[in-house]
Formats: sequence, C-alpha cells, structure tokens
Amino acid sequence: MLAPAPDRGGPAQPLLEVRGLTKHFRARTKPFAPPKVVRAVDGISFSVAKGETVGVVGESGCGKSTAARLLMHLMPRDAGDILYDGERVGSTLPLRDLRRRMQMVFQDSYASLNPRLTIEDSIAFGPTVHGVRDAAARNLARDLLRRVGLEPNTFAGRYPHEISGGQRQRINIARALALGPSLVILDEAVSALDKSVEAQVLNLLVDLKTELGLTFLFISHDLNVMRFISDRILVMYLGEVVEIGPVESLWAAPRHPYTAALIAAMPTLDPDRRTMTAPIAGDPPSPIDPPSGCRFHTRCVFAEGVCAKVHPVLAEVGPDHQAACLMAIPGSGHSGAAA
Amino acid sequence: MTTPILTIDDLNVRFSGRRTVHALNGVSLSLAPGEVIGLLGESGSGKSVTLRALMRLMPRHAQVSGSVEVAGQDVLAMKDAALARYRGRTVSMIFQEPGLALDPVYTIGHQIAESVANHEGVSMIAGRARALEMLERVRIPSARTRLDSYPHEMSGGMRQRAMIALALACRPQVLLADEPTTALDATVQIQILLLLRELQQELGMAVIFVTHDIGVAVEICDRIAVMYAGRIVETGTLREVVRDPRHPYTQGLLSATVHGATGRGRLKTIPGAPPSLDRAPTACSFAPRCDRAVPPCREAVPPLYAISPERGARCIFAREPERAETMA
Repeated sequence: MLAPAPDRGGPAQPLLEVRGLTKHFRARTKPFAPPKVVRAVDGISFSVAKGETVGVVGESGCGKSTAARLLMHLMPRDAGDILYDGERVGSTLPLRDLRRRMQMVFQDSYASLNPRLTIEDSIAFGPTVHGVRDAAARNLARDLLRRVGLEPNTFAGRYPHEISGGQRQRINIARALALGPSLVILDEAVSALDKSVEAQVLNLLVDLKTELGLTFLFISHDLNVMRFISDRILVMYLGEVVEIGPVESLWAAPRHPYTAALIAAMPTLDPDRRTMTAPIAGDPPSPIDPPSGCRFHTRCVFAEGVCAKVHPVLAEVGPDHQAACLMAIPGSGHSGAAA
Repeated sequence: MTTPILTIDDLNVRFSGRRTVHALNGVSLSLAPGEVIGLLGESGSGKSVTLRALMRLMPRHAQVSGSVEVAGQDVLAMKDAALARYRGRTVSMIFQEPGLALDPVYTIGHQIAESVANHEGVSMIAGRARALEMLERVRIPSARTRLDSYPHEMSGGMRQRAMIALALACRPQVLLADEPTTALDATVQIQILLLLRELQQELGMAVIFVTHDIGVAVEICDRIAVMYAGRIVETGTLREVVRDPRHPYTQGLLSATVHGATGRGRLKTIPGAPPSLDRAPTACSFAPRCDRAVPPCREAVPPLYAISPERGARCIFAREPERAETMA
C-alpha cells in the first residue's frame, strides 16, 4: 500500500475530533405539504484516539450511517467541525488528502465494487489516481490480496459477481487499505455476512489493525460484534449521542436507559434463561419531529414530567464515560438523580 | 408418540436452467402438533427452499421429488383448488420483509377480512370483525383505526405485527416463519419474538422457524434442525443441540458466533466456504472444511446416526460425544 500519512500531533492528539456535527434533510411527508425537517444528525461531538476502535450503535434512523458519510465528506454537513489529527478538514486539510487518510467499507459488498472492473483493477484504481504507476499499483493490489487472505493468482482477474460475499468484503477491505489510510470507517461491514464468514472477517480486521496500526470507527447494529471489536462504544438515538464510554463499563453498568434496553434486548444463548419481557415497547420514533426534551422519554420506563421538558446534555458518569440522561445529572429535577 | 402434523420424507429440490443447483438433497423432518422447530443454517443451506416447498411456492423449472404430508394431505399432489384451501388455512407463512409480503394498495383490515371471507365463506363484515380481533391480539395500538391503514403508513415493527395477524387470521395448524425478525431493530425484534412465542402457546399451532441467528432460535424453539448444503445435518432438542452439538458444523457455528465474546481475543472460525451445489453431493458436504474428516467422509454421504430417538447427526463421529480433535 502507499506509505501511511505521517503522524503529526503525536500519540496524545486524537486522530479524529468531531464537534457539533449536524445534518438536517428536508422531506415531504405528503404530496404538496410543506417539507419537514429530518434531524438525521443533530449536533454530535466525539473523538477517536489513535489506534483505538470506536463502535457506533443505534437502531435504524438514529443517524449512524449519515454521520459516517459526513465524516467521509460523501455529503456536505450543515454545521460542525471535523479535525483530522488536529487539522481542520476542508480548510487546512484538503479533501484529496483526507481521502488518502480516511477510507470506508460499506455493508453491501457488491454495490460498492464496479462490476466491470476486475478485482485487481478495483484495488489498483485508487493508487493510480493518486499518482502510482500502473505496474506498481498492480503489484500493490496483489500484495493487498495476499494480506486479506486471497490468493492473487486465483482472484486478481476475477469479476465481483464471480466471488462470494465474504470474499467480496475482503476485496473492499483491501481496496480501502490501498491508499494507506490511518482511519477506516466500517459501516455495517460484516452485517450481511453469514455467521461463520463474519467471524473470519472480524479476525482479519483485528489482525490488520494490529499489523498496520489502524484506527477503526465501526458502525453496527449488532451488539455482539460491537462488544467483541470495540474499545469504546458510542450509542446514538434519533440523531444524538446518548452515551459514550469504554466497552467494559458500558456493558457492566449502562447509565442511559436506552443503552440498558439495547443490551437487554439481545437474544440469549442459554435455553434456561430466555428473555421473558421486552425491555422497551414500540418502534423508534421518526427523526422528523423528534420528541421534546429527552428524545427517548416516549419509550423510557423511568420517564417523568421533567424529561419531556428538559433536554439532557452528555454528563460525566465515570472515568471516560458520559451519558445524556437526567438521572445522571445531579439536581436535574428527576427523582432518580442525586440532589 | 403423537401423530405428526407435518412429515417431510426424502425431499429433493433441484433448480435447473443456465446453472443447476441441488438446493435440497434428501431432507426428512417431522413436526408434532404444537411443536416449534428451528431450521438453522447459513445462506444457501436450503432452509428457505424447504419452507417454499411446503407452501408449493416453487418456480416452474424446479424439479421436486420426495413426499410432503401436512395434516393428512399429500401436498405435492394437490390440485389448484385444494392448494388454495391449504394455503392460509392449514399452513400459513410469514416473511422477512412485511413491506413486500403485504399488498400495498389495500388496507390491512381489507387484506385480513378478504382472507377470512375466502377461507371460511363468511361475509366481509364478519371478516372485518376477525381482522379487528387479530390486530388487537398482535397488540397493534389503536387497532380499530389501524384497520384502515395502508402498509406504508405503518412502522416496520407494526407491519410485521400486521403480517402475523394476517397469517394467523384463519387459525392455521402450521405456521412457517422465514426469518421474520431479521430486518427489525434490536428492541423491536425481541418484542416480535415474545409475541410469536405467546401466540404459539395460545393458539397451539406448530411452527417451523427459519433463522440464521442462534440467539433467536434459542428464544423461540423447542427443537433445532441444523441445515448445511441442502441437508439436515443435525437434529435434537434445543438444549441438546446448543449444549452438546455433535456435528462438526454445528460445533463450528456455535463457536464462531460472536456471543459474549470480548475483544483482544480471536474468534474461532470454520475455514473456507460452503460448497457450490451444482452437483448432487456424493460425500459429506462439510468434509472439505472439517478438521476431523477421514477418508470415509469423502466416499459416501453419511447417514443420520441416531444418538437418541429424537436426536441424530450426519457425521460418522456423531456417537462420540468426546470432541477428539486429534482423531484426524
């Protein structure tokens, strides 16, 4: 792969810093009606340290995929700042350079490959655009194929439709790595794979991360996968971050009721401990006209009057652990909060 | 033992066209009334084809052999009128995508009422009354107003409830569920699973539940049949299969499942990928990926070795509970 970008700010500087990232869409819910605002991503802030894996979880419509697309600049943001290794993306760091340092793997392994290009050409395409000579780019592609566990002589000349889903996802990973990025965004990258193949690809990702010193932003709705791969987990609900913290403490003691519900909703593997009651009722509401106050109050078992009025912000609840719940904010007026 | 409500015997399905696919290769299965069996397997293992064969939802170019008997009727021999009575009345099916399974141009109430009126020869008004009762039963909030909703006006979880209401409106004896919770959000999935479990107990129907997710199977099934390459490779009660899997594929699948695994380790995996099914298997289909495979595995298809009356595995080592990996 191409030489990785130099580490500028040193290990203490976050690789990625996101401040107040916002994206609203306008959508017509009925013909001729005035459009309404979909608050897909509504002022989220977080940072990703060098070498860590941050997992983003949430249900459909929570904005996790929109957030990933905003980070990659696949769509313009409405507000907010993105700092890559201390440099402001768009001003000091041009987009072309960002794309070399930040790459993405998508859920649909087939749709993300050009059906008319052989696998070798697909992987070599990026480096060629960035000025690598043709022969060198081909060698690079073959080397990457080997790294993701595919024999170059067998696979280089094949087309995407000739290989299996798991193999295609390995190709997409190889292609993402071809430009030598330090940050890889994986948007539901293993969700479409069968379980036995999913395990293979997860192992590959863990190995590549160690070998190449990568940083991952891993988006998934599968909490089992999240728990396995993440160092820290960020939980989103209706366009907002509701909890963020180290995977161990978040699992052992989730501080936002939504996080607790997500964990409790996971099917068990123990036939003697089946789930007896659903942790929360109903579907996630639409991000068009989200509920007032705390957006989760319409489904929360601990909701009180104050929850519909006051919008909670992220508050420190433990080391490196924050939650946006009135019960976690002392003096918030919720009976579950400290006075 | 009670008489089974459903018996599949040596079912083979082959699709031929530009490419030949041996989708099912000798599937045998029986289901007692009121029993919930989980068909567990990865894509291409034949679990959905099995359900479609039971509903006779097969494309014209499919070659089907074997026998399928449900509630005393020979399903593969049915003529059109009998088939129309059978579908929805004896056996009903729910799908992964309610958005595709429901008719977009009719209201939910109309679709249920029509099905009831057709099957039971009652008026549409009586059918609508049943529709209301069913929507309440699947706990759709404000059911009376929802009768007049179109599918697109409902959320994903509510559409799935509506499809369950439609499927159960004529009180079928067998429900076929094809990954009905896979497309749903986590907090909604568990609600639908609990609803299905409750309705199954209330109505006493038998269920074949197809899933690729072991956790989902554990939540709902009494018995498990694991499928691989168009064949059932292991059957047993839920506890037996989950706690003491005897087929190396089941063992691999259980240990490859990311469940309660925390980072810094590696997951156990099954090497390789499932075989292409362009030829009828003449040996154990799992042998190329199996670390215990010995020459006999590559010479003939292993029979289902019985471990107990209700339990069996298609592996020559099935009767050795010891996972003697050193055998090979």
